[in-house]
Amino acid sequence: MAFFFEVVLGGLLAGVLYSLVALGFVLIFKASGVFNFAQGAMVLFAALTLVRLTEWVPFWLAFPITCAVMIVLAFIIERIVLRPLVNQEGIILFMATLGIAFFLEGFGQTIWGSDIYTLNLGIPKDPAFIMEWLFDGGLLVDKLDLFAAAVAGALVVALALFFQKTRIGLALRAVADDHQAAQSIGVPLNYIWLVVWSAAGIVALVAGMVWGAKLGVQFSIALVALKALPVLILGGFTSVPGAIIGGLIIGMGEKISEVYLGPVFGGGIENWFAYMLALIFLLFRPQGLFGDRIIERV
Amino acid sequence: MTAVPSAQTQAAAPLLRVNNIEVIYDHVILVLKGVSLEVPAGGIVALLGANGAGKTTTLKAVSNLLKAERGDVTKGSIEAMGERIDRLTASDLVRRGIIQVMEGRHCFGHLTVEENLLTGAFSRRDGRAAILADLERCYTYFPRLRERRKAQAGYTSGGEQQMTAIARALMSRPKMMLLDEPSMGLAPQLVEEIFEIVVQLNRKEGVSILLAEQNTNMALRYSHYGYILENGRVVMDGKAEDLRQNEDVKEFYLGLSASGRKSYREVKHYKRRKRWLA
Repeated sequence: MAFFFEVVLGGLLAGVLYSLVALGFVLIFKASGVFNFAQGAMVLFAALTLVRLTEWVPFWLAFPITCAVMIVLAFIIERIVLRPLVNQEGIILFMATLGIAFFLEGFGQTIWGSDIYTLNLGIPKDPAFIMEWLFDGGLLVDKLDLFAAAVAGALVVALALFFQKTRIGLALRAVADDHQAAQSIGVPLNYIWLVVWSAAGIVALVAGMVWGAKLGVQFSIALVALKALPVLILGGFTSVPGAIIGGLIIGMGEKISEVYLGPVFGGGIENWFAYMLALIFLLFRPQGLFGDRIIERV
Repeated sequence: MTAVPSAQTQAAAPLLRVNNIEVIYDHVILVLKGVSLEVPAGGIVALLGANGAGKTTTLKAVSNLLKAERGDVTKGSIEAMGERIDRLTASDLVRRGIIQVMEGRHCFGHLTVEENLLTGAFSRRDGRAAILADLERCYTYFPRLRERRKAQAGYTSGGEQQMTAIARALMSRPKMMLLDEPSMGLAPQLVEEIFEIVVQLNRKEGVSILLAEQNTNMALRYSHYGYILENGRVVMDGKAEDLRQNEDVKEFYLGLSASGRKSYREVKHYKRRKRWLA
Protein backbone atom coordinates (compact mmCIF):
# COMPACT_ATOMS: atom_id res chain seq x y z
CA MET A 1 0.00 0.00 0.00
CA ALA A 2 2.77 2.39 0.89
CA PHE A 3 4.29 1.67 -2.52
CA PHE A 4 1.07 2.61 -4.30
CA PHE A 5 0.89 5.92 -2.45
CA GLU A 6 4.48 6.59 -3.23
CA VAL A 7 3.76 6.13 -6.93
CA VAL A 8 0.71 8.39 -6.73
CA LEU A 9 2.58 11.07 -4.84
CA GLY A 10 5.51 10.93 -7.22
CA GLY A 11 3.08 11.26 -10.11
CA LEU A 12 1.26 14.19 -8.55
CA LEU A 13 4.49 16.04 -7.92
CA ALA A 14 5.66 15.42 -11.49
CA GLY A 15 2.28 16.64 -12.66
CA VAL A 16 2.76 19.93 -10.86
CA LEU A 17 5.75 20.55 -13.08
CA TYR A 18 3.64 20.09 -16.20
CA SER A 19 1.04 22.41 -14.72
CA LEU A 20 3.61 25.14 -14.27
CA VAL A 21 4.28 25.17 -17.99
CA ALA A 22 0.61 24.83 -18.88
CA LEU A 23 -0.24 27.89 -16.79
CA GLY A 24 1.70 30.13 -19.13
CA PHE A 25 -0.29 28.85 -22.11
CA VAL A 26 -3.58 29.38 -20.29
CA LEU A 27 -2.76 33.00 -19.44
CA ILE A 28 -2.16 34.02 -23.02
CA PHE A 29 -4.95 31.90 -24.44
CA LYS A 30 -7.44 33.29 -21.95
CA ALA A 31 -6.62 36.89 -22.66
CA SER A 32 -6.10 36.84 -26.39
CA GLY A 33 -7.43 33.58 -27.74
CA VAL A 34 -3.98 32.85 -29.13
CA PHE A 35 -2.23 29.58 -28.61
CA ASN A 36 1.27 30.72 -27.77
CA PHE A 37 3.62 28.23 -29.33
CA ALA A 38 6.56 30.14 -27.91
CA GLN A 39 5.78 29.30 -24.28
CA GLY A 40 8.34 26.48 -24.24
CA ALA A 41 10.96 28.75 -25.76
CA MET A 42 10.15 31.37 -23.13
CA VAL A 43 10.71 28.77 -20.41
CA LEU A 44 14.12 27.99 -21.90
CA PHE A 45 15.03 31.63 -22.40
CA ALA A 46 14.04 32.56 -18.85
CA ALA A 47 15.92 29.63 -17.34
CA LEU A 48 19.06 30.38 -19.37
CA THR A 49 18.97 34.03 -18.38
CA LEU A 50 18.53 33.14 -14.74
CA VAL A 51 21.25 30.51 -14.61
CA ARG A 52 23.83 32.64 -16.37
CA LEU A 53 23.02 35.62 -14.18
CA THR A 54 23.56 33.57 -11.03
CA GLU A 55 27.18 33.21 -12.14
CA TRP A 56 27.62 36.96 -11.60
CA VAL A 57 25.14 37.97 -8.94
CA PRO A 58 23.47 36.18 -6.03
CA PHE A 59 20.18 34.42 -6.67
CA TRP A 60 18.00 36.93 -4.84
CA LEU A 61 19.21 39.58 -7.28
CA ALA A 62 19.26 37.39 -10.38
CA PHE A 63 15.59 36.47 -10.02
CA PRO A 64 14.17 40.02 -10.14
CA ILE A 65 16.55 40.91 -12.96
CA THR A 66 15.26 37.96 -14.97
CA CYS A 67 11.69 39.06 -14.21
CA ALA A 68 12.57 42.46 -15.62
CA VAL A 69 14.10 40.82 -18.70
CA MET A 70 10.89 38.87 -19.29
CA ILE A 71 8.81 42.04 -19.02
CA VAL A 72 11.07 43.81 -21.49
CA LEU A 73 10.71 40.80 -23.77
CA ALA A 74 6.91 41.05 -23.50
CA PHE A 75 7.17 44.71 -24.37
CA ILE A 76 9.26 43.97 -27.46
CA ILE A 77 6.96 41.16 -28.59
CA GLU A 78 3.93 43.43 -28.22
CA ARG A 79 5.58 46.22 -30.21
CA ILE A 80 7.16 44.25 -33.00
CA VAL A 81 4.89 41.25 -33.46
CA LEU A 82 1.45 41.73 -31.94
CA ARG A 83 0.73 45.37 -32.65
CA PRO A 84 1.09 45.13 -36.43
CA LEU A 85 -1.09 42.01 -36.38
CA VAL A 86 -3.95 43.49 -34.40
CA ASN A 87 -7.37 42.10 -35.36
CA GLN A 88 -5.92 39.40 -37.56
CA GLU A 89 -7.19 35.84 -37.53
CA GLY A 90 -6.14 33.64 -34.63
CA ILE A 91 -4.22 31.36 -36.94
CA ILE A 92 -2.03 34.25 -38.11
CA LEU A 93 -1.13 35.15 -34.54
CA PHE A 94 -0.42 31.49 -33.88
CA MET A 95 2.02 31.42 -36.81
CA ALA A 96 3.64 34.57 -35.42
CA THR A 97 4.21 32.81 -32.09
CA LEU A 98 5.91 29.99 -33.99
CA GLY A 99 8.32 32.59 -35.28
CA ILE A 100 8.86 33.95 -31.78
CA ALA A 101 9.61 30.41 -30.58
CA PHE A 102 12.35 29.87 -33.16
CA PHE A 103 13.80 33.29 -32.53
CA LEU A 104 13.93 32.87 -28.77
CA GLU A 105 15.48 29.43 -28.94
CA GLY A 106 18.22 30.67 -31.26
CA PHE A 107 18.75 34.05 -29.64
CA GLY A 108 18.77 32.68 -26.11
CA GLN A 109 21.40 30.11 -26.89
CA THR A 110 23.46 32.59 -28.91
CA ILE A 111 23.86 35.05 -26.08
CA TRP A 112 23.83 32.65 -23.14
CA GLY A 113 25.50 29.61 -24.68
CA SER A 114 24.11 26.17 -25.34
CA ASP A 115 25.85 24.06 -22.70
CA ILE A 116 24.03 22.30 -19.92
CA TYR A 117 24.07 24.50 -16.85
CA THR A 118 23.26 23.39 -13.36
CA LEU A 119 20.96 25.61 -11.40
CA ASN A 120 21.29 25.33 -7.67
CA LEU A 121 18.32 26.60 -5.73
CA GLY A 122 19.86 25.64 -2.41
CA ILE A 123 17.43 22.82 -1.86
CA PRO A 124 19.08 19.69 -0.55
CA LYS A 125 19.16 16.84 -3.03
CA ASP A 126 18.60 14.07 -0.51
CA PRO A 127 15.04 12.76 -0.55
CA ALA A 128 12.76 13.19 2.40
CA PHE A 129 10.53 10.68 4.10
CA ILE A 130 7.09 11.96 4.95
CA MET A 131 4.05 10.58 6.75
CA GLU A 132 6.06 8.09 8.76
CA TRP A 133 3.25 8.08 11.30
CA LEU A 134 0.94 6.59 8.69
CA PHE A 135 3.08 4.24 6.68
CA ASP A 136 5.78 1.97 7.80
CA GLY A 137 9.01 3.66 6.83
CA GLY A 138 7.23 6.67 5.36
CA LEU A 139 6.89 7.83 1.77
CA LEU A 140 9.92 8.79 -0.26
CA VAL A 141 9.67 12.17 -1.95
CA ASP A 142 12.04 14.59 -3.61
CA LYS A 143 12.35 17.86 -1.68
CA LEU A 144 12.61 19.78 -4.94
CA ASP A 145 9.27 18.35 -6.02
CA LEU A 146 7.69 19.52 -2.79
CA PHE A 147 9.13 22.97 -3.39
CA ALA A 148 7.72 22.97 -6.92
CA ALA A 149 4.30 22.01 -5.63
CA ALA A 150 4.32 24.86 -3.12
CA VAL A 151 5.37 27.35 -5.78
CA ALA A 152 2.70 26.14 -8.20
CA GLY A 153 0.03 26.39 -5.53
CA ALA A 154 1.03 29.94 -4.69
CA LEU A 155 1.03 30.90 -8.37
CA VAL A 156 -2.43 29.49 -8.95
CA VAL A 157 -3.92 31.33 -6.01
CA ALA A 158 -2.29 34.57 -7.12
CA LEU A 159 -3.47 34.18 -10.71
CA ALA A 160 -6.99 33.17 -9.75
CA LEU A 161 -7.30 36.26 -7.55
CA PHE A 162 -5.86 38.39 -10.31
CA PHE A 163 -8.37 37.17 -12.88
CA GLN A 164 -11.44 37.16 -10.66
CA LYS A 165 -10.94 40.11 -8.37
CA THR A 166 -9.03 42.84 -10.14
CA ARG A 167 -10.04 45.42 -12.67
CA ILE A 168 -7.34 44.31 -15.10
CA GLY A 169 -8.28 40.68 -14.63
CA LEU A 170 -11.84 41.47 -15.63
CA ALA A 171 -10.59 43.40 -18.65
CA LEU A 172 -8.42 40.42 -19.60
CA ARG A 173 -11.43 38.13 -19.59
CA ALA A 174 -13.39 40.69 -21.59
CA VAL A 175 -10.67 40.87 -24.23
CA ALA A 176 -10.66 37.09 -24.44
CA ASP A 177 -14.36 37.13 -25.29
CA ASP A 178 -14.48 39.95 -27.80
CA HIS A 179 -11.53 42.07 -28.90
CA GLN A 180 -13.62 44.62 -30.71
CA ALA A 181 -16.14 45.16 -27.96
CA ALA A 182 -13.32 45.52 -25.45
CA GLN A 183 -11.79 48.24 -27.60
CA SER A 184 -15.13 49.98 -27.93
CA ILE A 185 -15.46 50.38 -24.17
CA GLY A 186 -11.99 51.81 -23.88
CA VAL A 187 -9.81 48.83 -22.99
CA PRO A 188 -6.49 49.39 -24.77
CA LEU A 189 -5.50 46.06 -26.29
CA ASN A 190 -1.81 46.92 -26.37
CA TYR A 191 -1.71 47.40 -22.64
CA ILE A 192 -3.64 44.18 -21.98
CA TRP A 193 -1.26 42.20 -24.15
CA LEU A 194 1.73 43.70 -22.44
CA VAL A 195 0.31 42.67 -19.06
CA VAL A 196 -0.54 39.17 -20.12
CA TRP A 197 2.73 38.44 -21.92
CA SER A 198 4.64 39.75 -18.94
CA ALA A 199 2.66 37.48 -16.64
CA ALA A 200 3.25 34.55 -18.97
CA GLY A 201 6.95 35.44 -19.03
CA ILE A 202 7.16 35.34 -15.25
CA VAL A 203 5.27 32.06 -15.10
CA ALA A 204 7.74 30.75 -17.70
CA LEU A 205 10.58 31.88 -15.47
CA VAL A 206 9.18 29.99 -12.49
CA ALA A 207 8.65 26.89 -14.61
CA GLY A 208 12.14 27.22 -16.09
CA MET A 209 13.64 27.62 -12.64
CA VAL A 210 12.04 24.45 -11.30
CA TRP A 211 12.65 22.38 -14.41
CA GLY A 212 16.18 23.75 -14.68
CA ALA A 213 16.93 22.74 -11.12
CA LYS A 214 15.62 19.26 -11.86
CA LEU A 215 17.06 18.51 -15.30
CA GLY A 216 19.74 21.13 -15.68
CA VAL A 217 19.20 24.14 -17.91
CA GLN A 218 19.47 22.87 -21.45
CA PHE A 219 17.66 22.99 -24.75
CA SER A 220 15.40 20.06 -23.95
CA ILE A 221 13.42 22.05 -21.39
CA ALA A 222 11.91 23.92 -24.33
CA LEU A 223 10.32 20.60 -25.20
CA VAL A 224 8.51 20.15 -21.91
CA ALA A 225 5.99 22.46 -23.52
CA LEU A 226 4.88 19.45 -25.54
CA LYS A 227 3.85 17.70 -22.34
CA ALA A 228 1.82 20.75 -21.42
CA LEU A 229 -0.41 20.24 -24.46
CA PRO A 230 -2.30 17.21 -23.17
CA VAL A 231 -2.54 18.95 -19.81
CA LEU A 232 -4.30 21.86 -21.51
CA ILE A 233 -6.64 19.63 -23.46
CA LEU A 234 -7.58 17.85 -20.27
CA GLY A 235 -7.98 20.89 -18.05
CA GLY A 236 -9.33 23.28 -20.65
CA PHE A 237 -7.42 26.03 -22.41
CA THR A 238 -9.18 28.79 -20.49
CA SER A 239 -8.98 27.56 -16.92
CA VAL A 240 -6.19 28.25 -14.45
CA PRO A 241 -7.34 25.58 -11.97
CA GLY A 242 -7.86 23.31 -14.98
CA ALA A 243 -4.19 23.58 -15.86
CA ILE A 244 -3.27 22.46 -12.36
CA ILE A 245 -5.73 19.61 -12.10
CA GLY A 246 -5.00 18.50 -15.66
CA GLY A 247 -1.32 18.38 -14.79
CA LEU A 248 -1.98 16.36 -11.64
CA ILE A 249 -4.16 13.84 -13.46
CA ILE A 250 -1.64 13.37 -16.22
CA GLY A 251 1.34 13.14 -13.89
CA MET A 252 -0.43 10.62 -11.69
CA GLY A 253 -1.89 8.64 -14.61
CA GLU A 254 1.51 8.33 -16.23
CA LYS A 255 3.18 6.94 -13.18
CA ILE A 256 0.39 4.57 -12.21
CA SER A 257 0.03 3.16 -15.70
CA GLU A 258 3.78 2.81 -16.05
CA VAL A 259 4.12 0.90 -12.83
CA TYR A 260 0.99 -1.25 -12.97
CA LEU A 261 0.26 -1.61 -16.68
CA GLY A 262 3.85 -1.38 -17.85
CA PRO A 263 4.68 -5.04 -17.36
CA VAL A 264 1.61 -6.03 -19.43
CA PHE A 265 2.33 -3.75 -22.40
CA GLY A 266 6.07 -4.01 -22.17
CA GLY A 267 6.74 -0.57 -20.68
CA GLY A 268 7.17 2.90 -22.13
CA ILE A 269 3.59 3.85 -21.32
CA GLU A 270 4.77 7.02 -19.66
CA ASN A 271 5.71 8.40 -23.06
CA TRP A 272 2.35 8.11 -24.74
CA PHE A 273 -0.18 7.92 -21.93
CA ALA A 274 -0.76 11.70 -21.77
CA TYR A 275 -1.41 11.98 -25.50
CA MET A 276 -3.79 9.04 -25.46
CA LEU A 277 -5.78 10.61 -22.65
CA ALA A 278 -5.85 13.92 -24.52
CA LEU A 279 -7.17 12.17 -27.61
CA ILE A 280 -10.03 10.66 -25.66
CA PHE A 281 -10.87 14.05 -24.21
CA LEU A 282 -10.82 15.68 -27.63
CA LEU A 283 -13.35 13.13 -28.81
CA PHE A 284 -15.78 13.43 -25.94
CA ARG A 285 -15.22 16.72 -24.14
CA PRO A 286 -13.29 19.14 -26.35
CA GLN A 287 -13.54 22.08 -23.94
CA GLY A 288 -11.72 20.06 -21.29
CA LEU A 289 -12.75 19.54 -17.69
CA PHE A 290 -12.92 23.20 -16.69
CA GLY A 291 -12.78 25.16 -19.93
CA ASP A 292 -15.41 27.71 -20.86
CA ARG A 293 -18.38 26.07 -22.51
CA ILE A 294 -18.72 27.05 -26.11
CA ILE A 295 -21.87 29.16 -26.05
CA GLU A 296 -24.21 28.59 -28.93
CA ARG A 297 -27.55 30.28 -29.13
CA VAL A 298 -29.95 29.66 -31.93
CA MET B 1 -23.44 63.53 -14.71
CA THR B 2 -24.64 67.05 -14.18
CA ALA B 3 -27.86 68.60 -15.29
CA VAL B 4 -27.54 69.43 -18.91
CA PRO B 5 -29.11 72.28 -20.83
CA SER B 6 -31.90 71.03 -23.03
CA ALA B 7 -31.59 70.76 -26.77
CA GLN B 8 -32.86 74.30 -27.21
CA THR B 9 -29.60 75.96 -26.21
CA GLN B 10 -27.91 75.16 -29.46
CA ALA B 11 -26.28 78.52 -29.90
CA ALA B 12 -23.08 77.24 -28.26
CA ALA B 13 -20.61 75.11 -30.18
CA PRO B 14 -21.93 71.61 -30.86
CA LEU B 15 -20.68 68.70 -28.80
CA LEU B 16 -19.57 66.89 -31.93
CA ARG B 17 -18.79 68.30 -35.32
CA VAL B 18 -17.88 66.06 -38.23
CA ASN B 19 -16.40 68.11 -41.02
CA ASN B 20 -16.51 66.75 -44.55
CA ILE B 21 -14.75 63.49 -43.79
CA GLU B 22 -13.65 60.91 -46.31
CA VAL B 23 -13.00 57.35 -45.20
CA ILE B 24 -11.06 54.77 -47.14
CA TYR B 25 -10.76 51.10 -46.16
CA ASP B 26 -7.64 49.14 -47.05
CA HIS B 27 -6.28 52.15 -48.98
CA VAL B 28 -8.67 51.49 -51.88
CA ILE B 29 -12.30 51.26 -50.87
CA LEU B 30 -13.83 54.72 -50.64
CA VAL B 31 -16.78 54.49 -48.26
CA LEU B 32 -17.50 58.03 -47.06
CA LYS B 33 -17.27 60.76 -49.66
CA GLY B 34 -17.55 63.88 -47.58
CA VAL B 35 -19.89 63.54 -44.63
CA SER B 36 -20.59 66.47 -42.34
CA LEU B 37 -22.83 66.50 -39.33
CA GLU B 38 -23.27 68.04 -35.93
CA VAL B 39 -24.58 66.78 -32.64
CA PRO B 40 -25.59 69.49 -30.14
CA ALA B 41 -25.05 68.90 -26.43
CA GLY B 42 -28.06 67.05 -25.10
CA GLY B 43 -29.41 66.19 -28.54
CA ILE B 44 -30.54 62.95 -30.11
CA VAL B 45 -29.45 62.84 -33.73
CA ALA B 46 -30.41 60.06 -36.09
CA LEU B 47 -28.27 58.84 -38.95
CA LEU B 48 -30.49 57.10 -41.48
CA GLY B 49 -29.96 55.21 -44.66
CA ALA B 50 -29.98 51.83 -46.33
CA ASN B 51 -27.40 49.06 -46.00
CA GLY B 52 -23.97 50.20 -47.06
CA ALA B 53 -24.84 53.88 -46.95
CA GLY B 54 -22.02 54.54 -44.49
CA LYS B 55 -23.81 54.85 -41.16
CA THR B 56 -21.60 52.42 -39.26
CA THR B 57 -18.46 53.80 -40.87
CA THR B 58 -19.41 57.31 -39.77
CA LEU B 59 -19.88 56.16 -36.18
CA LYS B 60 -16.63 54.23 -36.22
CA ALA B 61 -14.80 57.22 -37.63
CA VAL B 62 -15.99 59.25 -34.65
CA SER B 63 -15.21 56.58 -32.02
CA ASN B 64 -12.01 55.68 -33.88
CA LEU B 65 -12.67 51.98 -34.09
CA LEU B 66 -11.89 52.24 -37.81
CA LYS B 67 -8.19 51.48 -37.44
CA ALA B 68 -9.02 47.99 -36.27
CA GLU B 69 -10.65 47.37 -39.64
CA ARG B 70 -7.90 49.05 -41.59
CA GLY B 71 -10.02 52.06 -42.33
CA ASP B 72 -8.64 55.58 -42.32
CA VAL B 73 -10.04 59.09 -42.25
CA THR B 74 -8.20 60.62 -45.21
CA LYS B 75 -9.87 64.03 -45.45
CA GLY B 76 -11.81 66.34 -43.22
CA SER B 77 -11.79 66.63 -39.47
CA ILE B 78 -13.73 65.54 -36.42
CA GLU B 79 -14.03 67.81 -33.41
CA ALA B 80 -15.60 67.19 -30.05
CA MET B 81 -15.81 69.61 -27.17
CA GLY B 82 -13.70 72.06 -29.12
CA GLU B 83 -10.84 69.62 -29.75
CA ARG B 84 -9.68 67.65 -32.78
CA ILE B 85 -10.30 63.99 -31.97
CA ASP B 86 -9.55 62.16 -35.19
CA ARG B 87 -6.05 61.14 -34.06
CA LEU B 88 -7.06 59.92 -30.59
CA THR B 89 -7.39 56.23 -29.79
CA ALA B 90 -10.69 54.64 -28.86
CA SER B 91 -9.67 54.42 -25.20
CA ASP B 92 -8.70 58.13 -25.13
CA LEU B 93 -12.14 58.91 -26.50
CA VAL B 94 -13.91 56.79 -23.90
CA ARG B 95 -12.01 58.68 -21.23
CA ARG B 96 -13.21 61.95 -22.78
CA GLY B 97 -16.78 60.67 -22.73
CA ILE B 98 -17.45 59.40 -26.25
CA ILE B 99 -18.38 55.74 -26.43
CA GLN B 100 -19.83 53.52 -29.11
CA VAL B 101 -22.32 50.69 -28.66
CA MET B 102 -21.52 48.45 -31.57
CA GLU B 103 -23.94 46.90 -33.98
CA GLY B 104 -24.84 43.36 -33.04
CA ARG B 105 -24.50 44.01 -29.30
CA HIS B 106 -21.11 42.36 -28.75
CA CYS B 107 -21.58 41.38 -25.13
CA PHE B 108 -18.86 39.42 -23.41
CA GLY B 109 -20.57 36.05 -23.60
CA HIS B 110 -18.66 34.25 -20.86
CA LEU B 111 -18.94 37.09 -18.35
CA THR B 112 -22.05 37.59 -16.26
CA VAL B 113 -24.31 40.53 -17.00
CA GLU B 114 -22.96 42.35 -13.97
CA GLU B 115 -19.35 41.72 -14.96
CA ASN B 116 -20.21 43.04 -18.41
CA LEU B 117 -21.41 46.26 -16.87
CA LEU B 118 -18.32 46.53 -14.70
CA THR B 119 -16.01 46.25 -17.71
CA GLY B 120 -17.63 49.46 -18.92
CA ALA B 121 -16.03 51.26 -16.01
CA PHE B 122 -12.53 50.16 -16.99
CA SER B 123 -11.33 53.60 -18.00
CA ARG B 124 -12.65 55.30 -14.89
CA ARG B 125 -10.41 56.36 -12.03
CA ASP B 126 -12.94 57.58 -9.50
CA GLY B 127 -12.95 54.61 -7.19
CA ARG B 128 -15.02 51.56 -6.46
CA ALA B 129 -17.78 53.27 -4.49
CA ALA B 130 -18.69 55.59 -7.36
CA ILE B 131 -18.68 52.68 -9.79
CA LEU B 132 -20.97 50.59 -7.61
CA ALA B 133 -23.32 53.54 -7.21
CA ASP B 134 -23.51 53.84 -11.00
CA LEU B 135 -24.13 50.12 -11.27
CA GLU B 136 -27.20 50.57 -9.08
CA ARG B 137 -28.34 53.43 -11.30
CA CYS B 138 -27.92 51.31 -14.41
CA TYR B 139 -30.20 48.73 -12.83
CA THR B 140 -32.87 51.33 -12.21
CA TYR B 141 -32.86 52.18 -15.91
CA PHE B 142 -32.73 48.52 -16.91
CA PRO B 143 -34.67 46.61 -14.22
CA ARG B 144 -34.54 43.49 -16.37
CA LEU B 145 -30.76 43.41 -16.04
CA ARG B 146 -31.00 43.41 -12.27
CA GLU B 147 -32.95 40.16 -12.46
CA ARG B 148 -30.38 38.67 -14.79
CA ARG B 149 -27.27 40.09 -13.15
CA LYS B 150 -25.74 36.71 -12.34
CA ALA B 151 -26.57 35.11 -15.71
CA GLN B 152 -23.86 34.55 -18.28
CA ALA B 153 -24.46 37.21 -20.92
CA GLY B 154 -24.10 34.67 -23.71
CA TYR B 155 -27.23 32.90 -22.54
CA THR B 156 -29.46 35.98 -22.21
CA SER B 157 -31.98 37.01 -24.86
CA GLY B 158 -31.24 39.41 -27.68
CA GLY B 159 -33.09 42.25 -25.99
CA GLU B 160 -31.26 41.68 -22.72
CA GLN B 161 -27.95 41.64 -24.58
CA GLN B 162 -28.77 44.94 -26.24
CA MET B 163 -29.63 46.40 -22.84
CA THR B 164 -26.41 45.00 -21.41
CA ALA B 165 -24.44 46.63 -24.19
CA ILE B 166 -26.06 50.03 -23.63
CA ALA B 167 -25.77 49.80 -19.84
CA ARG B 168 -22.14 48.78 -20.18
CA ALA B 169 -21.46 51.92 -22.20
CA LEU B 170 -23.36 53.96 -19.63
CA MET B 171 -20.98 52.71 -16.93
CA SER B 172 -18.20 54.76 -18.54
CA ARG B 173 -20.15 57.94 -17.69
CA PRO B 174 -20.33 59.11 -21.27
CA LYS B 175 -21.18 62.58 -22.51
CA MET B 176 -22.11 61.06 -25.82
CA MET B 177 -23.16 57.61 -26.95
CA LEU B 178 -22.93 56.36 -30.50
CA LEU B 179 -25.63 53.75 -30.89
CA ASP B 180 -25.34 51.48 -33.91
CA GLU B 181 -28.61 49.77 -34.85
CA PRO B 182 -29.99 49.07 -31.40
CA SER B 183 -33.14 47.70 -33.06
CA MET B 184 -31.33 44.96 -34.95
CA GLY B 185 -33.09 41.62 -34.73
CA LEU B 186 -35.46 42.63 -31.94
CA ALA B 187 -39.23 42.47 -31.71
CA PRO B 188 -40.96 45.85 -32.27
CA GLN B 189 -42.15 46.00 -28.68
CA LEU B 190 -38.65 45.51 -27.34
CA VAL B 191 -37.30 48.10 -29.75
CA GLU B 192 -39.77 50.57 -28.33
CA GLU B 193 -38.79 49.66 -24.77
CA ILE B 194 -35.13 50.22 -25.56
CA PHE B 195 -35.74 53.52 -27.33
CA GLU B 196 -37.79 54.74 -24.37
CA ILE B 197 -34.85 54.00 -22.09
CA VAL B 198 -32.46 55.77 -24.44
CA VAL B 199 -34.66 58.88 -24.32
CA GLN B 200 -34.65 58.64 -20.52
CA LEU B 201 -30.87 58.51 -20.51
CA ASN B 202 -30.79 61.54 -22.75
CA ARG B 203 -33.15 63.54 -20.54
CA LYS B 204 -32.03 62.52 -17.08
CA GLU B 205 -28.34 61.79 -17.55
CA GLY B 206 -27.76 64.37 -20.26
CA VAL B 207 -26.15 61.87 -22.60
CA SER B 208 -26.14 63.10 -26.18
CA ILE B 209 -26.98 60.41 -28.68
CA LEU B 210 -25.87 59.80 -32.23
CA LEU B 211 -28.02 56.98 -33.47
CA ALA B 212 -27.53 54.97 -36.65
CA GLU B 213 -30.71 53.18 -37.65
CA GLN B 214 -32.38 51.43 -40.52
CA ASN B 215 -35.69 51.56 -38.73
CA THR B 216 -36.41 55.07 -40.00
CA ASN B 217 -39.88 55.38 -38.53
CA MET B 218 -38.79 54.48 -35.02
CA ALA B 219 -35.62 56.55 -35.14
CA LEU B 220 -37.41 59.70 -36.30
CA ARG B 221 -40.01 59.33 -33.61
CA TYR B 222 -37.42 59.49 -30.85
CA SER B 223 -34.77 61.83 -32.23
CA HIS B 224 -34.58 65.60 -32.58
CA TYR B 225 -32.69 65.85 -35.81
CA GLY B 226 -31.87 63.52 -38.67
CA TYR B 227 -29.34 63.03 -41.44
CA ILE B 228 -29.98 60.77 -44.38
CA LEU B 229 -26.97 59.07 -45.88
CA GLU B 230 -26.82 57.50 -49.27
CA ASN B 231 -23.77 56.06 -50.88
CA GLY B 232 -21.36 57.72 -48.49
CA ARG B 233 -22.87 61.20 -48.69
CA VAL B 234 -25.39 63.15 -46.67
CA VAL B 235 -28.26 63.70 -49.08
CA MET B 236 -30.70 65.36 -46.73
CA ASP B 237 -30.94 66.61 -43.19
CA GLY B 238 -33.47 68.39 -41.06
CA LYS B 239 -35.53 68.35 -37.90
CA ALA B 240 -36.98 64.94 -37.23
CA GLU B 241 -40.59 66.05 -37.59
CA ASP B 242 -39.81 67.79 -40.89
CA LEU B 243 -38.15 64.65 -42.21
CA ARG B 244 -41.18 62.62 -41.25
CA GLN B 245 -43.38 64.92 -43.32
CA ASN B 246 -41.03 64.98 -46.29
CA GLU B 247 -42.50 63.26 -49.35
CA ASP B 248 -39.26 61.63 -50.49
CA VAL B 249 -38.50 60.27 -47.06
CA LYS B 250 -42.01 58.95 -46.83
CA GLU B 251 -41.70 57.20 -50.14
CA PHE B 252 -38.20 55.77 -49.78
CA TYR B 253 -37.93 54.97 -46.13
CA LEU B 254 -41.38 54.86 -44.62
CA GLY B 255 -43.12 53.04 -47.47
CA LEU B 256 -45.78 55.74 -47.89
CA SER B 257 -46.48 58.22 -50.66
CA ALA B 258 -48.67 61.22 -51.33
CA SER B 259 -51.23 59.10 -53.13
CA GLY B 260 -51.50 56.73 -50.21
CA ARG B 261 -50.20 53.23 -50.47
CA LYS B 262 -49.12 52.43 -53.99
CA SER B 263 -50.61 49.48 -55.65
CA TYR B 264 -48.06 47.64 -57.68
CA ARG B 265 -50.64 45.57 -59.47
CA GLU B 266 -51.00 47.96 -62.35
CA VAL B 267 -47.31 48.65 -62.72
CA LYS B 268 -46.40 47.36 -66.16
CA HIS B 269 -42.64 47.51 -66.05
CA TYR B 270 -40.03 47.65 -63.38
CA LYS B 271 -39.28 51.22 -62.43
CA ARG B 272 -35.90 51.91 -60.94
CA ARG B 273 -36.05 53.17 -57.39
CA LYS B 274 -35.57 56.92 -57.42
CA ARG B 275 -32.34 58.18 -55.96
CA TRP B 276 -31.12 61.61 -55.13
CA LEU B 277 -27.84 60.99 -56.83
CA ALA B 278 -28.84 59.14 -59.93
